[in-house]
Amino acid sequence: MVSKTLKKLAVTSVLATASLIGSGMGMAADTIKVGVLHSLSGTMAISETTLKDTVLMMIDQQNKKGGVLGKKLEPVVVDPASNWPLFAEKTRELLSKEKVDVIFGCWTSVSRKSVLPVLEELNGLLFYPVQYEGEESSRNVFYTGAAPNQQAIPAVDYLINEVGVKRWVLAGTDYVYPRTTNKILEAYLKAKGVKPDDIMINYTPFGHSDWQSIVSDIKKFGSTGKKTAVVSTINGDANVPFYKELGNQGISSEDIPVVAFSVGEEELAGIDTKPLVGHLAAWNYFMSVDTPENEKFIDAWHKFIKDDKRVTNDPMEATMIGFNLWVKAVEKAKTTNVDKVIDTMIGLETPNLTGGTAKVLKNHHITKPVLIGEIQDDGQFEVVWKTDKEVPGDAWSDYLEGSKDLIADWTKPIYCGNYNVKTKKCAGQKY
Amino acid sequence: MTTFLRRTGMQIPWLKLLARHHVIWCLVVSALLPLNSYAADDPAANNRLEPALKLLKTGSFKEKLHAIELLAASGDPLALNYLKPLLQARLYYRKDNGDIVIAEREGSQYQLTAPVDGTALGRVKKRSIKKITINNAMRRLLREKIAGLSLTNPDPKIREAAVNEMITSRANGLARTLKGLVDQEEDASVKALMQTGIALGVLDTGTDEEKIAAISQLSHSLNPAVRNRLEQLSADAGTSKIGKAARKALVTIEGRVAFYNHIETLFFGLSLGSVLVLAAIGLAITFGVMGVINMAHGELIMLGAYTTYLIQQMMPAYIGWSLLVAVPAAFLVSGAVGIVIERGIIRFLYGRPLETLLATFGVSLILQQIVRTVISPQNVPVLNPSWMSGSLQVNSVLSLTYNRLYIIVFSLAVFIALFLVLKKTRLGLGVRAVSQNRAMARAMGVRSGRVDAMTFGLGSGIAGVAGVALSQLTNVGPNLGQSYIIDSFMVVVFGGVGSLLGTLVAGLSLGVANKILEPSVGAVLAKILVLVFIILFIQKRPRGLFPQKGRAVEN
Amino acid sequence: MILIDILKKDRGGQIFLAVLLVTTVTVACLNLAVPESSVWHVSTYTVTLLGKYLTYALLAVAVDLVWGYLGILSLGHSAFFALGGYAMGMYLMRQIGDRGVYGNANLPDFMVFLNWHELPWFWYGFDMFWFAALMVVLVPGILAFIFGWLAFRSQVTGVYLSIITQALTYALMLAFFRNEMGFGGNNGLTDFKDILGFDLQADSTRIGLFVASAIALALGYLACRYIVNSRLGRVAVAIRDAEDRTRFIGYRVDHVKLWIFTFSAVLAGVAGALYVPQVGIINPGEFSPLNSIELVVWVAVGGRATLYGAVLGAIAVNYGKTYFTAALPDLWLFALGALFILVTVLLPRGIVGLLRRREATQ
Repeated sequence: MVSKTLKKLAVTSVLATASLIGSGMGMAADTIKVGVLHSLSGTMAISETTLKDTVLMMIDQQNKKGGVLGKKLEPVVVDPASNWPLFAEKTRELLSKEKVDVIFGCWTSVSRKSVLPVLEELNGLLFYPVQYEGEESSRNVFYTGAAPNQQAIPAVDYLINEVGVKRWVLAGTDYVYPRTTNKILEAYLKAKGVKPDDIMINYTPFGHSDWQSIVSDIKKFGSTGKKTAVVSTINGDANVPFYKELGNQGISSEDIPVVAFSVGEEELAGIDTKPLVGHLAAWNYFMSVDTPENEKFIDAWHKFIKDDKRVTNDPMEATMIGFNLWVKAVEKAKTTNVDKVIDTMIGLETPNLTGGTAKVLKNHHITKPVLIGEIQDDGQFEVVWKTDKEVPGDAWSDYLEGSKDLIADWTKPIYCGNYNVKTKKCAGQKY
Repeated sequence: MTTFLRRTGMQIPWLKLLARHHVIWCLVVSALLPLNSYAADDPAANNRLEPALKLLKTGSFKEKLHAIELLAASGDPLALNYLKPLLQARLYYRKDNGDIVIAEREGSQYQLTAPVDGTALGRVKKRSIKKITINNAMRRLLREKIAGLSLTNPDPKIREAAVNEMITSRANGLARTLKGLVDQEEDASVKALMQTGIALGVLDTGTDEEKIAAISQLSHSLNPAVRNRLEQLSADAGTSKIGKAARKALVTIEGRVAFYNHIETLFFGLSLGSVLVLAAIGLAITFGVMGVINMAHGELIMLGAYTTYLIQQMMPAYIGWSLLVAVPAAFLVSGAVGIVIERGIIRFLYGRPLETLLATFGVSLILQQIVRTVISPQNVPVLNPSWMSGSLQVNSVLSLTYNRLYIIVFSLAVFIALFLVLKKTRLGLGVRAVSQNRAMARAMGVRSGRVDAMTFGLGSGIAGVAGVALSQLTNVGPNLGQSYIIDSFMVVVFGGVGSLLGTLVAGLSLGVANKILEPSVGAVLAKILVLVFIILFIQKRPRGLFPQKGRAVEN
Repeated sequence: MILIDILKKDRGGQIFLAVLLVTTVTVACLNLAVPESSVWHVSTYTVTLLGKYLTYALLAVAVDLVWGYLGILSLGHSAFFALGGYAMGMYLMRQIGDRGVYGNANLPDFMVFLNWHELPWFWYGFDMFWFAALMVVLVPGILAFIFGWLAFRSQVTGVYLSIITQALTYALMLAFFRNEMGFGGNNGLTDFKDILGFDLQADSTRIGLFVASAIALALGYLACRYIVNSRLGRVAVAIRDAEDRTRFIGYRVDHVKLWIFTFSAVLAGVAGALYVPQVGIINPGEFSPLNSIELVVWVAVGGRATLYGAVLGAIAVNYGKTYFTAALPDLWLFALGALFILVTVLLPRGIVGLLRRREATQ
């Protein structure tokens, strides 16, 4: 009798355990899909491949820690091939076919703009890890790269206050990021009392390689005796010939320093850095920053990529921050549901790699420290200046006519990415 | 004291000069005076450097600047043992005991030496030392201090820099100081600069007559400091005699500046043109002579650039020679790839020129992707040998960069070599025969298959050689070829398909046209205008600048 | 009646049109009528993808008309495609009205943040659909007409013509990249809301655009078939095979070329106009000379001078691209490159040639 009961008990308990395990196994098989939308071919592959690997590394690390909500993360990598319409198509594929819960991706502004309508239509979630021109705040996007006030303006402040620059060359590639940044800087400099004569603005096409005339113009512009600096928003590829020409025409960083917003460790890895030593770059992260977090990150990266010569850079940090914030939000919301995650995100904090914290703001941007670094002959940057504390990202610039009255606030009651504080209206869209 | 000063590069006339800068004088003297009471090898000497060295390790950049001043002013010969490696960014300190060391990378470790006497201190890992970082302001100061920026330094470059420094800072007593030195000066360019400096000094201190004389003397100078000063003077002095003289001098100067600017533009144009010629001349063979629309031409250029990179990786100690090795190597690599393409694909497509376009486009995609997979999707660093860097300073407004000069010469050399090959060699004869009339050539015993392969190999090899040159100007990455392919076709078509001379003339003139337009309309519009011009030109002369004549052309 | 006439000897065309009809109807029904949970449901993603392929197919037909039947290898057809697309994009941009992020009813967003104060003159009229539709046809048409008139009159032929068409599209690409041009620079035109009052994000609108593309493709195909069957078409083939002889016989070679070239450009423009609302963005990258080469390759893969071969090639290559970029992102360029080589060397008549040969041997 007793034995029978015992037997029964044993059987039920075994069954219960089995079913538990079963359900557990069922859960393990069920994964959270993470979309990775970075170009692996075409012109942008140079920069974006690294970010794809960064996301894969973060996923790998998270899975080793047991995944998220007890589920493993499963990366879904697609190649939009540096083709902007293809970005939209691949986003649609990720969201409606693969049903991913979050996407990490995009580099250029145009790719983000192309993806945006699809994200809003299908209610997706994108983490965008690159410094950009601002003037945007979508409910479905978190911007973990720098807005202009987190990169350009502090850099100019540094040049004015520490270097004593009086004359400015704003040189950029002709696309939206340099155009907007230079507009903002021009307005900012004029507000600081710089005369229009002392500002020279120049745009060049993508991949411009013949810099002779422009460098010669810069040289002439800088020969008036006033301290001159170049603020460069020249895009990736065009930089190498630009710096080479500067060096060859005898303009050293001591005469006319160049502060760049698009030249990082990764770009320098493809350059003979000797002619660049002493030129500046403004970022929110440098590989050379000496903190335990950064050391750990670099070691993990070298291990993951199996090459200890590979560098780390700012968009990688932004990708990492975005990923960690998303994991935190999912764990806090206890779901991957996009609406819930978006609402949970705001106010979350995660340590960055330079010793501070990144906090998600109401406008879907984050707080970032601003560092100015000088290029060294080993292709690394040496921090020569940094902001006292993190700077909150500003979605809408105060220095542009169209946007000075706009703010973004994704908390109730405003709940709008482009709220006009004067008319008290949320412009456009379907809100 | 004098001997000591000689040794450290500081000499009496410099002190004389300093005497006029009272503050610095006091500083130097106060720093120098105690020196006399110590022997040079006194252990206390090292102690005197200690506070400055401590600042170097831990200070902000401003404090480090001060530290450099202190070190330089200490007059201690040992100071140089710190300053020089600091400028070369070789100065580190140990994290464990804080000792300042010189570190040299050896493999994955760093070899340490003591700055004071150069004794080896063993090898350590990167983690256990920290670099003493420097910035632009420090670099400038270091260079000044190490050179002992002096008007009597034996190195004329340093003397020139010193005069320039005085002119730009408009030092007090400029004229007087320089007058005392100008007669002993042996170097002509320094002497001229001194005379300019004297005249500029006179503008501050002299009488009206002296000033006018100085202005007329200055009107021969192209130094930007002179122009700035004269502009200021013409604004300040208004309609007075001096103001008028200044304006007149300015007109003269600006006329000359404009003249040199035109020469500069011409040089820029020729250099852009020679790049176009280099990129296009291989295509002039494959496309122009053989009629193959070789879309993989750009990738053959890219292979040449990558060959340069690999050669540099193989001989890192001889970067100066790397290009000389790379030129034949790139020719062979790209040429071999070209022959493979010809034998493997193109020979099946003769007589169908437009289809060679499609097949070679496929080849170009594959070559790009091979480079991405095998080497890296990232750009690779190709170093400039020192003889390719810098520029030839003609005067203060005109300088010609060496890399561009060499590339102009190089492209002409390639052109002449190719021209001779086609006109003087047996291969050239075969090429011309086959391209004019394939059937007839074969009937005369020319092995057309072999000639085709060699011709295509020649064109491809030249593309590779162009890649070596381009690697010195621009990025070396998988997309290198794509940025030149369209321009190359434009040049060949504009010049006239089949005419080498046409390619040369077309490339150079398009380059010059582009550079003439660029200052007034910007780089993009200049390029667009040149393209529109080519389109319209082809309407006028459908077969380019130097059309081929004869029946062979008609099909 | 005319339809039967046109298609009388065109078995490939009959098959193609039948397949197109069946596919369009099936896809539309399966998307709209079948619930999303069903296995038979065709997702909106697939519909837009197919819609895009159809516009590419129309573009390929346009290229085949001039390359296959007239012997002009145009490397500039993507320019006409993009111009049509821009005309449509400008209309869609104006339709946004005050729903842009800045809420400015008069100016598109990109003009607001570049501090433009008024609409440039060439944007006038694009708030009306009929005007935009007219421009879709006129702008590529007129450009092709002027370009062709200059080129054909002075007898620019062969490789020279190919290269200057390439120069044309290259110059346009550079021009449209400039922000001063007022077409949005590198970012191009995007963030469209609705077309003719229909919400662009609604499934029904997408189906509507898909069906419209199918109809345009069918009509475009029939028109081209009509032309090549006509006397004009036969002269065109004569020009392709022996231009000088045709001229000496007394035909106005330049007129024939000009009209067919212009018509082809108009078709390409229409294709572009249908492409833009479906992919949601138009930017200067569409002018890229490489795109033009790629689309010539579609035609070559399908089979030149068959028209339906162009359709087949466009769809096959693009499907391959979609598939391989997802499945083998690192290797797809190898696959694409190898495809180009194999087709040109081994299959000079494309897939259609292969099918025909098989048919003939059976």
